[in-house]
Amino acid sequence: MNSFFALLGDYTFQTVALGSMLLGIISGVLGSFAVLRKQSLLGDGVSHAALPGVVMAFILLGSKNTEILLLGALVSGLAATLFIIAITRHTRIKFDSALALVMSVFFGLGLVLLTYVQKIPNSNQAGLKRFIFGQASALLQRDVHLMAACGLLLLLLVMLFWKELKLFTFDSDFAHSLGFSPKTLNLLLSAMIVLAIIIGLQTVGVILMSAMLIAPAVAARQWTNRLWVMAILSAFFGGISGLAGTAASSLVPKLPTGPAIVLCVSLLVLISLLFAPGRGILHKLYRQEKNRRLLKTEGAAGNVSSI
Amino acid sequence: MEASLQNYAVEVEDLTVAYDAKPVLWDIDLKIPQGKLLAVVGPNGAGKTTLIKAMLGLIPSVSGVIRFCWGKAAIGKKHIGYVPQSGSVDWDFPATALDVVLMGCYGRLGWIRRPGKADGELARQTLKKVGMAEYAGRQISQLSGGQQQRVFLARALMQQADIYFMDEPFKGVDAQTEKAIVLLLKELKEQGKTVVVVHHDLQTVADYFDWVTLINLQVVASGPVSEIFHEENLKKAYRSTDTLLRSGMAV
Repeated sequence: MNSFFALLGDYTFQTVALGSMLLGIISGVLGSFAVLRKQSLLGDGVSHAALPGVVMAFILLGSKNTEILLLGALVSGLAATLFIIAITRHTRIKFDSALALVMSVFFGLGLVLLTYVQKIPNSNQAGLKRFIFGQASALLQRDVHLMAACGLLLLLLVMLFWKELKLFTFDSDFAHSLGFSPKTLNLLLSAMIVLAIIIGLQTVGVILMSAMLIAPAVAARQWTNRLWVMAILSAFFGGISGLAGTAASSLVPKLPTGPAIVLCVSLLVLISLLFAPGRGILHKLYRQEKNRRLLKTEGAAGNVSSI
Repeated sequence: MEASLQNYAVEVEDLTVAYDAKPVLWDIDLKIPQGKLLAVVGPNGAGKTTLIKAMLGLIPSVSGVIRFCWGKAAIGKKHIGYVPQSGSVDWDFPATALDVVLMGCYGRLGWIRRPGKADGELARQTLKKVGMAEYAGRQISQLSGGQQQRVFLARALMQQADIYFMDEPFKGVDAQTEKAIVLLLKELKEQGKTVVVVHHDLQTVADYFDWVTLINLQVVASGPVSEIFHEENLKKAYRSTDTLLRSGMAV
């Protein structure tokens, strides 16, 4: 226990924990919309598609600055999203196939570029690979500031356009008939999700980022039937997982932070799927059993029970 | 001029819609007078839903002009109510019946502005009007098909529109709900509103509606039910699929 309190006072821990919590909160809120739009895998696609952007930024600008590299990630993530949107709009290819196509092409390009970069002298320290698996422990205070600024912007946008995002997510045709352009809203929401993903790359990496987007939202959906409660709960689940994951990786030697965070949030998903009232598996089983008994004792004819 | 004699709620000129190369609506000309209850009738795949969506501008059209009027003034989207097919949304969305009805006033509010207390009160009254007052706080997936349809109807009423488009509001509802919806439609008509309904049941057209448009890719006939809703036109509309006689016998 002592070591835990000592940890709380630790400067590095504070920085990493704050960053991870911010990431959890932001991806929790935006993930709610991604999950409800049945675009859960958008996170996976965009994060993978961000890789060539990171490497390109390094090659072209020669900078190892996180801001620069993330800017590259943002550009290529947005480009991938626009590709996906354009493909689904103008061809008969559905969203999931378009996503898979774009994601693998971009990620492949990223890997090719990464191999190329490794032959350049001075590239070793660039630490480009940390974007693949994430390296939360390398978070600096200015990284956290950047995350906080982006997060604040995103949360403000969500609050500002709450009504429109809700309407669009539920019934985009009706939104259209009211004069809210689904094209505009789709672009806005997709761009917001992309930004949320990009700021998480450094912490959990391209491979695990989709879990941060999906898992808190899926867990939160189990406990409530109101969108705003879901968004807040999802942010809470994301934030608490960020904190718990960071703490766990600090206390257990050689436990990397990103995966620890994802394991924490997965645990929350498991608990929610099992135990949530109403939607939880156990509650459903209980209800079935109760109905069965009811039917057996006072319900239908004798032959029912023998089925 | 004819236009000065009669005010049309909806005027469609030369509307053609195509998915890929195949036209699904071909050269539609349609004039819907104000204050009518109109049924859009035709066989499966005749383009009924497409017609409504194209008139609302929800899908792109190859050509065509669509005008909406109230009185003598042209009106915009804010004054057009829409009831989509209830199967077009995922009812497992985390929202209550009241939440969904409230969405009806979003168009009036415009971007960013939130519904206020008065809107909430209006939404409750509208729910009451469709007989759903006690379900205001119910999660929408826990409503029956008929109740979901009523919620969609309430959402459209919440729009306080002048012209309504409804895509199969009677689909999958029981006799009681159907009756309730018909009463609401007639009430709208008495208020002078125009209601365009995609309808499937040929048997009830004459009871529920006073105006009818028969389509099958093209407009076969459009006018007062008493004048154009007869065997010959129906045969024309259903000719290609030849389902009239069979469905007539089955119903």
